[in-house]
Parts: sequence; structure tokens; C-alpha cells
Amino acid sequence: MTIPRLMLIAAAALATCSHTCAADDTLTIGFTVSRTGKLNTESTAQMRGFELWRDEVNVRGGIAAGDKRYKVSFVSYDDESAHPRVQQLYTRIINQDKAQFLFSPYSSGLVATAAIVSEQHGRIMLTTGAAEEKTYKLGNKNLFQVYSSADLYLAGAIQVVKELYSKAEPALVYKDDPLSKAVLQSARKQVAEAGLRTALDEAYSPETTDFGPIINKVISAKADVLLGGGHYSDGATLARQLHDHGARLKWVTLLVAPDSPNFATLGDAAVGISVPSQWEPQVSFKPDFGPTAAEFTQRFQAEYAIEPGYHAAAGYAAGLLLQHAIEEAGTLDQIKVADVLNKMDVTTMFGRTKFSTNPREHGLQIGHEMVLAQWQKKDGKLVKEVIWPKAAKTADILY
Amino acid sequence: MIGLIASLIDGVLVGAVYGLAAMGLTLIWGVMNVINLTHGAMIVLGMFALYFSASALGLPPYGAVPVTIVIGFAVGVMVYWIAVHRVIGRPHLMSLLSTFAMNMVLIGLGTAVFSTSPYNVPVALPGIAWRGYTFTGTHVVAAALALLIAGLLYLLLHRTRIGKAIRAVAANREAAELNGIPTTQVLSFAFGLGVALAAVSGALIATLFPFNVLSGGAYELKSFVVTVLGAMGNPAGALMGGVALGLIEGAATPFMPVSWTPVIEFVLFVAVLISFPRGLFAFTRS
Repeated sequence: MTIPRLMLIAAAALATCSHTCAADDTLTIGFTVSRTGKLNTESTAQMRGFELWRDEVNVRGGIAAGDKRYKVSFVSYDDESAHPRVQQLYTRIINQDKAQFLFSPYSSGLVATAAIVSEQHGRIMLTTGAAEEKTYKLGNKNLFQVYSSADLYLAGAIQVVKELYSKAEPALVYKDDPLSKAVLQSARKQVAEAGLRTALDEAYSPETTDFGPIINKVISAKADVLLGGGHYSDGATLARQLHDHGARLKWVTLLVAPDSPNFATLGDAAVGISVPSQWEPQVSFKPDFGPTAAEFTQRFQAEYAIEPGYHAAAGYAAGLLLQHAIEEAGTLDQIKVADVLNKMDVTTMFGRTKFSTNPREHGLQIGHEMVLAQWQKKDGKLVKEVIWPKAAKTADILY
Repeated sequence: MIGLIASLIDGVLVGAVYGLAAMGLTLIWGVMNVINLTHGAMIVLGMFALYFSASALGLPPYGAVPVTIVIGFAVGVMVYWIAVHRVIGRPHLMSLLSTFAMNMVLIGLGTAVFSTSPYNVPVALPGIAWRGYTFTGTHVVAAALALLIAGLLYLLLHRTRIGKAIRAVAANREAAELNGIPTTQVLSFAFGLGVALAAVSGALIATLFPFNVLSGGAYELKSFVVTVLGAMGNPAGALMGGVALGLIEGAATPFMPVSWTPVIEFVLFVAVLISFPRGLFAFTRS
């Protein structure tokens, strides 16, 4: 593009913009991204959600706080999917980069580490990618959880299994990490309450790449359902190896991994696998502000040429919620913005958001509900459909 | 019982690949008394060599295995001249430090170029179904190739001039030198061969499981256990040690959480070091 043409476009933009469009100042939001390491897939999706929101806000002239408008600027670093790096980097983001607000890294484990630093410095942090409840039960004041918490993850899948296979014997096979352990702690109780007998209950190391021994144990235990998994890297490998080993399970629900669009690369190994999802593009919430799910999906696809999963949607929603809180507070003051977040009960493209104000679990998400999605083949193509709850479904259950 | 048998068979299949990996480590030890701490990095070299041969050059995964052997050999010779040649015959600590430093350089470079994100070489082969269990086609082919390569190594060591020279240098370097064998070149060749074995085992592992730049560490540890089981410096013993380790893993996993497997392996490692310092299969040393 030639310089004269660039200048013409810039002049046109300025001419069509009222005097309030130009930002007066900059608002810095800091976070880490797992650009390398096992959490790369999910973290990148989350970051894209942040960035799409930032770009849209800045095109409209920034966030309005009182008489001023603030352009949103990010400061982010690669945490390498590692706890020590998260600790170092959030300290740097707050002390050296002077970020005024924080988004979380991806994953319950890394968020728990980041939360220690953010609370020490009294910075508001909106957490996405962090469903484990324990982090919010340690007496925080400035954490705000966007996701539904871990105890809800497998509730839908267990209900479906009970309806379809009343005598099912599930194998609980899950990654030894904070999210998966928290999810399965609740799932055990839910399986027992559903009257199902657990055939196998086993955690695997996060470094596991050979699931053959565990799959053999699932077969030996005569389990006919498998619930568990972890994140994308191990979940996708487990799904592929279940298929290769011909495990012949009637039902498989895995955490996180099947929600990623990349999961479709597994081909036939993906068919029938379900995932508890924080959000799907087909949801039809009527938002109080911001775009609808369909509009967000369209914009995300236009930008990144890929359909968004819930990691990206949650990243975008975190931006929307923070923006709304700052605009309602009319200031960047942490206490006033936190006050607005505490009182918030709104619906966005992500669904309902309401944060607990109980000091024992401050910031825990108590408004948002999850859905269960499943990979199905339609006209030879793999698509992800919402199968539960019945009110939200876009396709019948494949079983 | 059927489950136990299936687990043992799976263990043997993977154990053959462990054995191949350990053969490279033990060959280098046997010939030049060097514990090669770049072993893990060389396994990863093989993984990435296969990945890029398959994706960039469009070679079929198993067709890229010979390419991996050539690349591993070339890198091994290079590493010998850079990090090993000057420390042979010196105190063991020097060779340990030298190869450790080389390992750090290689892992650092690999991380900078490839990051620590996981890679995968998709290979679809029909499995062998048996009484409700399936032995995946990739495991069967990997084990078969591991045994084939081990057989070829045996032929190289026992039926070729260079193999005879390697065995002569391993037995007594001075005597070999006095008999006109260019021992430095032989050592260089042997190191390259050891690294090639590590690389090809990495390539076979890449057809089984996803991997990243840091994946070599776990297999390097298994190689040490296998080397101790199989008698240090004994390639045939290493292969049997690998199969033995696979059998132990296969026997243990049906009865305890899978996460306990490394504990069992390292308890065994210490027990064998104490009870059989020459290795369980020392009688097979030629």
C-alpha cells in the first residue's frame, strides 16, 4: 500500500471520527500466554479472544472512564506453560510494566500461581481458563472468575450417561493436575449419586504420552464409559490411542481437548467424543452489551480463519466484562472497579456472569452454566454439536 | 489373566525400542568408557529428523528411518570431535561434564528453534486384536524394526572389518593401535554409530507417541536403567535389558497406578547395581 493512500485512509478515519473517538491515554492490561509448552493450544486461543476485544475497543476510540477515553494496550510474555515463569512474569508485569489490570494465564494451575502475585499487589485479575475453585477460597479480594467452576464440568455428561446407560460402569481416567483433580473430585460424588459403579479410578502423570497401559486397564476393568482427560496435549493423545487400541467404549467425555477446533484433525478418533464446554458458537444468549455469540463467531472467523472455541470466547468475554466495569465505575480506580464487578449480574455473548461476594469464595463464578458438546459427522465433515442441556441442544446425542 | 498377558506383550513391544535406544549408549560406553549425556538429545534429534523428513520432504514415516540413521551418524561424528575426542582417557568427570555441556547446548538450541510445544507424526496402521485387547500396528512395526536394526548392528560388529576394529579397540586400544588400526577414526565411527542408534530409536518412538524438545530426558533415564540391567558395554545385553524393562512395566501396571512405574524402575536400577554390578545379562558379553 502506498504512503499517499495510507494517508488518505487515516485522514478519512479522522474525519469520520468525532472528537471523543481519539483516546486520551493508555490503559495497560498485563497477562502471560503459553506460547510454548503443553498449554500452547488453549492459551493461544484465549489470547486471540483478548486481542480481538482489544482491537475492536481501540477502533471505537478506547474505553470511556469518566471524561477520558483510554486506548487498551497489552503487555504479555511467554510463560512457557511453567509456574516459575508465571510468578516471575506477573511480578514484572505489575512492578516494571505498571499494568493497571490483569488477565490470567491459561489453566487452573498457572492461575493459582498468578493469583498469589496479583493479590499481593492488590491488582484486579479477571481469570479465564481457571475452573478450579480452590484458588478463590483462599481469601482473595480482587480475583474474578469468568469460567464456571470445576464441580460443574462433568455433571452434564454423567446425567447423559445415566439416561442412556443406567447400568454403565465408568472409568475415571484423568490428568494429575489441579483442574482435572478438582473436576474428578466432584465427578466421583456425582457418579455415586447417579447410582453408577466406578470401574476404574486412576490419575496419570502430566508427562504421559503412552496411554497403552491405562487403556489396557480400562479394558480389563470392563469399563464401558470413560470420563476424564486433562488438557489438549494429553487429551488428544488419549483420544487417538483409545481409537487405535479399539477400546470399544460406549461413551467418552474428555475435558478441554475436544473443544479445540484442532481436535477435528484426529479424524475418526474424534467421532462421538464429548466435552463439557463453557461456550459454543451456537448458543443464543441475548447480551446486555457487546456482540451476540453469532456476531463474535463471525468476527473471530474473519480475523483468524478458524471457528472460536470456548477458550477464545472466554478471553473476549473477560475484556468485555472489564470494559463494562471500568465504564460503569467511570474511573480506573481498583476499588471502584472491583465494586462494580462485585455487583455485576449481566449477560454477554458468553452467558450470564455473576461473581460471588462471599469472602470465603470471593470471585467464584456463580451465574454461568456449561453445555455438553459432541463431535459428530455431518455430510462427511466433523462438526461439534451441543447435545445437552436439552434446552440448548443443536443436535441429538450420538451414541 | 488375559489382561496381564496383553500388558506383558505391550511391554515387550515397547521394551524392544527401549533396548535399541540403550544399545547406542552402551556401545559408546563399551568402546570408549564415555557415558554419553547427549543421549537424550540424540533421541530427540531422531524424533525431529523423522518429523521433518515426513512433513517437509514428504517421505513416508518408515521410509524416513534410514534418513534418520544417516543424520544421527553425521551428528554423532561431529559431537565426537567437538566434545569427546579430547576427554577420552581422562577422568570420567571430564567426559561427563563435556557431554553434559553439549547436551545443554543442543537442548537450548532445540528449544529456541522448535519451542517446547508438542509435535506428532500421525501413522495409521491396523492393529492386531486379541481377546478384546489390541496391539497397535505402530508398536508391532517399531518392535520389528528395532529387532532388525539390532540384528544389523550384530552383523556389523561381527561380520565386517570395521566391526572387528571396533571390538578390538574396545578390548584394548593400545594393542589395536599397535596392530595398525586407526583407533581415533574407529572411536569417531563408533560414537557416530551409537548416536545413530539413539536417533533411530527416537524416530521409532516418534511413530508411537507425541514428543517435544524435552522428551529425550525420560528415555535417557530408561536407557540408563536398561544399560545397567543388560550389562554395561554389551549391546546384546542392552536389547535384552530393554525387553526385560518392558516386561517389568507390563507386569507392574495392571496391579498398581501407572504413575508408580518409574518408582519400580528405579528401585530395580539400584537393586541391580548393588546385586549384579556387571548387569543381569553380563554372561552374554562377547
